[in-house]
Amino acid sequence: MRPFSYTRASDVGEAVAALAANDGARFIAGGTNLLDLMKYDVERPEHLIDITALPLDRIENTADGGLSIGAMVRNTDIAYDEQVAARFPLLASAILAGASPQLRNSATTGGNLRQRTRCSYFYDVSTPCNKREPGSGCPAKTGFARYHAILGASERCIATHPSDMCVGLAALGATVRVEGPEGSRSIPFSDFHRLPGDTPQVDTTLAHGEMVVAVDLPGKGFSDHYSYLKIRDRLSYAFALISVAAALDMDGDTIAEARLALGGVAHKPWRNAEAEAAMRGKPAVETTFAEAADIVLAEAETVPGNAFKPELARRTMIRALSQAAAGTPQSQSDKRIQ
Amino acid sequence: MTTSERFVGSAQRRTDGRKKVTGTAPYAGEFTTTGLLHGAVVNAAIARGSIRSIDIAAAEAVPGVVRVFTHENRPDEAWFTSAFKDMVAPDGTPLRPLRDARVFYSGQPISLVVAEDFETATYAASLVHVAYEVTPHQTDLTAARHDAFDPDEGEGDIVRGSAENALATAPVSIDRNYRIAIEHHNPMEPHATTTVVEADGRLTVYDKTQGARNSYDVVVNVFGLPEDRVQVLSPFVGGAFGSGLRPQYQLFLSVMAALVLERSVRVTLTRDQMFTFGYRPDTLQRVALGAEADGKLKAVIHDALAGTSRYEDFTETVVDWSGLLYQCDDVRLAHRLAKIDTVTPMDMRAPGGATGMYAIETAMDELACELGMDPLELRLKNYAERDQNEDKPFSSKQLKECYRQGAERFGWSRRRPEPRSVREGSDLVGFGMATGSWEAMLFPTSARATLLPDGSLEVATATADIGTGTYTILAQIAADALGLPMDRVKVAIGDSSLPKAFVEGGSATAASAGSAILKACQELKEALLTAARRIDGSPLANVGLEQVVFSSGSIRRAADESEAVSLEALAAANGNAPLSVEIDNSPSDSPYSSYSHSAVFAEVRVDAEIGMPRVTRIVSAVAAGRIINPQTARSQIMGGVVFGMGQALHEEAVIDHALGRFMTHHLADYHIPAHADVADIDVLFVEEHDEAVNPLGVKGVGEIGVAGTGAAIGNAIYNATGVRVRELPITVDKILAGWTR
Repeated sequence: MRPFSYTRASDVGEAVAALAANDGARFIAGGTNLLDLMKYDVERPEHLIDITALPLDRIENTADGGLSIGAMVRNTDIAYDEQVAARFPLLASAILAGASPQLRNSATTGGNLRQRTRCSYFYDVSTPCNKREPGSGCPAKTGFARYHAILGASERCIATHPSDMCVGLAALGATVRVEGPEGSRSIPFSDFHRLPGDTPQVDTTLAHGEMVVAVDLPGKGFSDHYSYLKIRDRLSYAFALISVAAALDMDGDTIAEARLALGGVAHKPWRNAEAEAAMRGKPAVETTFAEAADIVLAEAETVPGNAFKPELARRTMIRALSQAAAGTPQSQSDKRIQ
Repeated sequence: MTTSERFVGSAQRRTDGRKKVTGTAPYAGEFTTTGLLHGAVVNAAIARGSIRSIDIAAAEAVPGVVRVFTHENRPDEAWFTSAFKDMVAPDGTPLRPLRDARVFYSGQPISLVVAEDFETATYAASLVHVAYEVTPHQTDLTAARHDAFDPDEGEGDIVRGSAENALATAPVSIDRNYRIAIEHHNPMEPHATTTVVEADGRLTVYDKTQGARNSYDVVVNVFGLPEDRVQVLSPFVGGAFGSGLRPQYQLFLSVMAALVLERSVRVTLTRDQMFTFGYRPDTLQRVALGAEADGKLKAVIHDALAGTSRYEDFTETVVDWSGLLYQCDDVRLAHRLAKIDTVTPMDMRAPGGATGMYAIETAMDELACELGMDPLELRLKNYAERDQNEDKPFSSKQLKECYRQGAERFGWSRRRPEPRSVREGSDLVGFGMATGSWEAMLFPTSARATLLPDGSLEVATATADIGTGTYTILAQIAADALGLPMDRVKVAIGDSSLPKAFVEGGSATAASAGSAILKACQELKEALLTAARRIDGSPLANVGLEQVVFSSGSIRRAADESEAVSLEALAAANGNAPLSVEIDNSPSDSPYSSYSHSAVFAEVRVDAEIGMPRVTRIVSAVAAGRIINPQTARSQIMGGVVFGMGQALHEEAVIDHALGRFMTHHLADYHIPAHADVADIDVLFVEEHDEAVNPLGVKGVGEIGVAGTGAAIGNAIYNATGVRVRELPITVDKILAGWTR
């Protein structure tokens, strides 16, 4: 690891100013991703600003009936928060599907949003990677692409965003609150992460110097009809081949509103408004779910290493939506798919 | 002579267990000394070619860096030309790190940065800039297969009868291709060497190894050092699975740096570097079986093609199992190699067996399906009462009992032969089984037994305990032999200065080290009795060895046990000088063939739409001769079964063939089973008495837990899903592909 300097920030304004003043600076919170990347010589910050002491560690009710989750709240504390578990069980379930208890104990909300792809080429500095070293190439397209994108990828990059929590937040329509040198702003969750396009080195729409201070959940939690279903190569501690967050608002047997977000398929948690709209007013039956899945996958593009993913995604979407409709969400401790 | 057995055969906790769980058992990378330097290795980024230039200026400029070694400035020591071969090196020319500019594989060590602390060394290592002359490489075995060759030049094939003719005329036959993925060992403890330069110039080398003597021989030979200038110690080894059989590059680099710098140097490999040496090779296999309608085997053909490096021909026993497990007179078995641009493969838990038995035991299941016969019935129908490969009787073989007891424990009779016929909720449920076997070997081993001045016993041999329980079982054997409690026996192993032992491998240590220790103890008893008889007024003055018993710390007249000489008194009478004997023990030519056996039964559940597989139950019924310690033996089988589960469902080292590089080089990308994947594992030991295999009647356990497990799981997945996946690991996409094809 390269040498770096280190300071602890005690208030948000100070932290933002310190970051904005130094292009080589990075925030560090739980460190579950950044420290790995530094050890692999992928991230080479010259200065770290520790933001774990900032007063952003609360989960609070908002005026519109939702919840505001501070950027420094540990993933575990969200998953086991009584309010979250009761009103936003989809989020709790998504968090518990990810990583390991040790990592969840350390990882923060803001850090989860900012984590980088786990593409093996991105992590290995002896190989080309357009995300790590723009213009060097993308070996994943002809190589090891099991965990790579089938939607929204570009010629330059087929990496995926690795988070489970973010898939849940996308489905719930969260908002990311940000503080920066220019003041504060709110970013709809779907606009926070970006597609790779010609600049795969840029993961999010944050400007340098901006800090995630909270993630706000609107009031609607879909707590009666939700499921988070993650398919992976072992039953725990593996990134998603496909993950699906499904949430339904039911009017009898009819779908009043549907949310569907996917992980493991794109550079960001993937939502498709057309697919969600297509389920509205329809009966909650497999044909409805299959039609929605087909809409999501209509523009799927694969490479040799991930050609299996559209079919797996289709089946996983249908199952997760069926679980949500039946009110039998996927357990994250019992590994049988419900 | 009679001695009452008290410890052998009984469940005993590990004598080193407390040290391990309290963190006080020191490992190779934990030994330290004043002024210890730290080395970080730089590895090649290309698969084949040479180093055009290597720029170390930036690394050398980092404060705290002591020296940066490359092929351009390496010491001109004897080790670059003298014998580099270790005890278990395959044919070829072993890799000599930093010898010259050539690059044989991606990951090859090409530089060592030595600094005052680890962090400085690793940082400086990242600043070493290398430019390469790239030569086209080939890492894809399917492409390299056209250049296959026979490493044994025809001598290794097993041919009896005419398998091709028999296959052509057999009423029922199958002919299938199988493949396993490359696997990496990944013991929990990374490889490390701490070379301590003592005040008098001697080297104490703490190495992670399965054979202290193997590391010692290579260090002495390579560096041309006097024999008394080097001692290799490896008191504790945090797992190895074969990865510690051969000395690894950190040993050479650590000793080299220590000799040049005349300072103590530690080199610890990173987890990623644990993927830069040795692996279980990619193996393409064809198995063709012919049978009569009643299931009687008429023909067995098994061809295997495995990858090896450019510079060594690694071979393992892959196909012989197919001529051994079942009675068949028309058999042809052949093993070939093809060169690829990777490091040389290595023995990895049940080397060859895990590979070959996956293929033959899957093929047997396919044949059973073709015949409409129960897979267990098919195996019983073709039960081999004799080793036809060697044309010898078995010294013992309780495999039938393994089948019977295993099937009963598992509930095999509830199996439904038609695939996809059992559904519980959203799961398809399947049963599968397979046979496992592993050779009961015995390696030449020397041992010493010593009565210490306090009347306790020390037994010593240069073997290793790689986590298997060797310390414990040797104490059990010695305690029984001398009639002492286990805590009066000190076991000394993991030290090159002790009586010579072979590497700890092949599940042969209980037999090899155990037999040698037993023999040493028996000879010590004679020496002790001789000494006891010389004591003035000895109650044993006129008795022979057959008239005494060793019990409760004394030598006693069998006829009247109150007439005794205590071992303490004996030690005192000997002037408090240790009484010691040292012996050599070697295998003798045996008229018998000796193998351990197992019957493995697996239950899997596979989601009926998504195809995600889970193993929910394993029963492994093992016949392995005498079980010295049922507790540690059970752990060994469980560990082996988990290895088999990993092979079946998870483990896959992926090479990017365009780059010629392993891309799964840490434990997030390279999957081994997580706790959630490991289901109920039920181990049962079938009673087996074997007077012929060795004096202890021990066959050894460990690898027998792996053998057959992968096939049993794959067979269960077929029974559950109707999909026969012939390439391991069996992942969700392969099952789904079978459904949607």
